[in-house]
Amino acid sequence: MNLASFDGLNAILSIPLAAAVLLALLPGYRSTALVNVAASLVTLLAALTLFIARPKAGPLLLVDDLNIVFIVLNSFVGFTTSVFSASYIAHELETGRLTPTYLRFYHAMFQAMMFAMNLALVANNIGLMWVAVELATLTTVLMVGIYRTPAALEAAWKYFILGSVGIALALFGTILVYVAAQPVVGEGLDAMTWTVLIKHVAGFDPALLNVAFVFLLLGYGTKVGLAPMHAWLPDAHAEGPTPISAVLSGLLLNVALYVVLRFKMLMAANDAALAPGPLMVSMGLSSLALAAFMLYRRRDLKRLFAYSSIEHMGIITFAFGMGGPLANFAGLLHMTMHSLTKSGIFFAVGHIAQVKGSQKIADIRGLTASHPALGWSLVIGVMAIAGLPPFGIFMSEFLVVTSSFARQPLLAILLVAGVLVAFGALLLRLNGLAFGAPDGRLAPVKASYAPLATHLGLVLAAGLYLPAPLVTWFQNVASLLG
Amino acid sequence: MHPLAFDIAHMLAGSMVLVSFMLLYQNRMLGLLSVFALHALVLSLSVSWEAFIQSAPHLYITAAIALVVKALIIPAALQRIVRRLGIHRTVETVVGIGPTMLAGIGLVALSMVLMLQVTTGTDALAREDLAFALSVVLLGLLMMVSRRNAVGQVIGLMSIENGLILAAAGAKGMPLVVEISVAFSVLVAFMVIGIFLFRIRERFDTVDVQALESSRGELQ
Repeated sequence: MNLASFDGLNAILSIPLAAAVLLALLPGYRSTALVNVAASLVTLLAALTLFIARPKAGPLLLVDDLNIVFIVLNSFVGFTTSVFSASYIAHELETGRLTPTYLRFYHAMFQAMMFAMNLALVANNIGLMWVAVELATLTTVLMVGIYRTPAALEAAWKYFILGSVGIALALFGTILVYVAAQPVVGEGLDAMTWTVLIKHVAGFDPALLNVAFVFLLLGYGTKVGLAPMHAWLPDAHAEGPTPISAVLSGLLLNVALYVVLRFKMLMAANDAALAPGPLMVSMGLSSLALAAFMLYRRRDLKRLFAYSSIEHMGIITFAFGMGGPLANFAGLLHMTMHSLTKSGIFFAVGHIAQVKGSQKIADIRGLTASHPALGWSLVIGVMAIAGLPPFGIFMSEFLVVTSSFARQPLLAILLVAGVLVAFGALLLRLNGLAFGAPDGRLAPVKASYAPLATHLGLVLAAGLYLPAPLVTWFQNVASLLG
Repeated sequence: MHPLAFDIAHMLAGSMVLVSFMLLYQNRMLGLLSVFALHALVLSLSVSWEAFIQSAPHLYITAAIALVVKALIIPAALQRIVRRLGIHRTVETVVGIGPTMLAGIGLVALSMVLMLQVTTGTDALAREDLAFALSVVLLGLLMMVSRRNAVGQVIGLMSIENGLILAAAGAKGMPLVVEISVAFSVLVAFMVIGIFLFRIRERFDTVDVQALESSRGELQ
C-alpha cells in the first residue's frame, strides 16, 4: 500500500475498533497490555498522516482544521496513557484489585473508548456525533465501576444517570437542529450533515435554533463537567482506575467541548439567533467559581484534581464564550495544555496512590523526600496546572485574561479572582503533599516515568516557545470559530 | 394531509403524555413496569401511524423495535429482577404524589408554551409532536428526581428515550441512522443497568439509591 492510497481517516477508526475486539479475545495481561500500547501507537501514527494527506469530507466523516488538532491530541494522550496503564495495571493485578478477566474487559473498553472519541471528533453528521458521544459515555461508565467497591458503584451509577440525562437532552437538541434545517436544506441526510448545515444556517428559523442550542449546551455541557451539571465528574475521576481519570480529564471533556464548539459555530453563522457567548461565559464562570472554592475542602487526591479539571473547563468555556480571534486562540491553547498537564498529573497521582496504598491527602506527606522523582513531578505538574510561569498554562491563562480585560473588564476581574482562589488551594495542598517529613509507606516505586516526563516536557516547551507554524495553525482555527 | 390522519397522530402523541402522568403516580413496582410497557406500546402505535401518514416505511422498524424491546422484553426482564429481589411492594418517592402531579402539569404547560411558540415555521404535525415529546421528556426527568429507587430511575430514563423517539419520528424524513441507534443504545444501556442492579443488590441488599449516597468516598 503506498501512502497516497492509505486512508488515515479510516485507520484511526478501524484500528481501535479491531484492537477492542482482539483484546476482548486475548488472554494474559502482559500480551494484552502490549497490544494495547501497540494499537494506540499505530492510531497515533495514522492520525499524524492526516496532516499529509487529508481526505475529502464525506457525508458522514470530516477532517478539517478544527478537528485535526483534537484528533492528534486525542491519539497522543491515548498512546501515552496506554504506556502508563501498562505499568499501573501490573501493580493492580499484584495487589489483587483487578482480576485477569476484568483486565481483559478493561483493555477492550479502553480501545472501544478511543474509537468512540475519535468517531465523535471526525463525525460530520450530527446524529453520528451524538451516537459516538453516547458510546464514549457507556464505555467510560463501565470502566469507572470496574473495581466494584461501593464507592466505585456509586460513582458509576451517578455518572451513568447524569450522563444519560445529558445525552438525552443533547439528542433533543439535535432533533431540533434537524427540524430547523429541514425546510431549508430538504429532507434526509443532508439536513444532519454539518458541512451542509453551516452553509445554509443563515436561513434557518432562529427561534428553533435558540432552543436547540440551549438543549445542546445543557446536554453536552453535562459531559464537559460545567456547573451545575458537574456532580458526576469528581466521583468518576476518584473511583475509577487512574488511567481512566487521565483520559476522562484529558480527552473526554475536550471531546464534549469540541461538540459544543461545532454547534456554537452554527449559532454564530446565523445573525438572528441568540449569541451563544453570554450563556457560555456565565456557565464557564460559575464552574470556575464553584470549583475554585470546592478545591479547599478536598481530602482525596484524585478528587482534588477532578475539581481542578472543572475549574479549567470553566476557563476554556469562558474563553470560547468571549469569542474573537485572541480569546479563541487562548481557549484552544488552554485546552491543549490542560489536556497534557492534567493527564500528566494523573500519571503521577496513580503511582503515588499505589505506593502509598491510599489516595487520601492526609495519608500522603513529604513526597519529595521519600520519592524524589514522583514528588518533584507532582510539584512541577501542580505548578503548571496552577498557572505559574514558565509553563504553557500560564501563557494561555494570561491570554484569556488580557483578551477579556480589553473587552469586559468586570468579567475579567471575576475570572482572575477565581483563578487566584484555585491557585491558593492547589499550593496549600501541594505544600503538605510534597514537603515536610515523609509519612506512611516508604517502599520504592516501580513507575514508568516516560509518559509523565513527555507530557510535562511538552507543557514546559510550549510555555517557553511555541513554534510559528503551530501559532499560525491555532490562529487559523481561532478565526474559524468566530 | 387528511384532517383525520392528523387528529389520530395528535391523539396518539397526546396519549403518551397521559401515560407519562400515569407513570408519575404509580406506587407499586409491578404497576410501574406495566405502565411503562403501555408507554412503549403507545409509542409504537404512534410511530407506526407516523410511518403510515408520512409514507416512511423505515419508521415501521422503529415502531417494531419499540414494541418488541421496550413493551415486551425490558418490562418482562425487569419484572423478573424485581420479583427475584423481592422489592415489588412499594416505590419510595421523595415528594408526595400530589405535588409531583402538580409539578408535572406545570412542566407540560411550559413545554407547550415553549415549543408551540418557536415552531411556528414548521408543519403542524412536527409541531404537535415536538411539544408532546418535550412534555414526555420533562415528565421523565421529574419522575427520575422524584424516585429514590434505582428501578424507578431507570424507567424514568427510558420514558425520556421514548419521548425522544416520538420527536424523531415526528421530524419529517429524519434519517434512519438515528432511530436505530437510539433503540440500540437503550438496549446497551439496559444491559449496563442489569449489571448495575445486580451489583447494587450484591453489595447493599437493596436497590434504594439512598444506600449508595451514604457511601460517598470522602465522608470519613
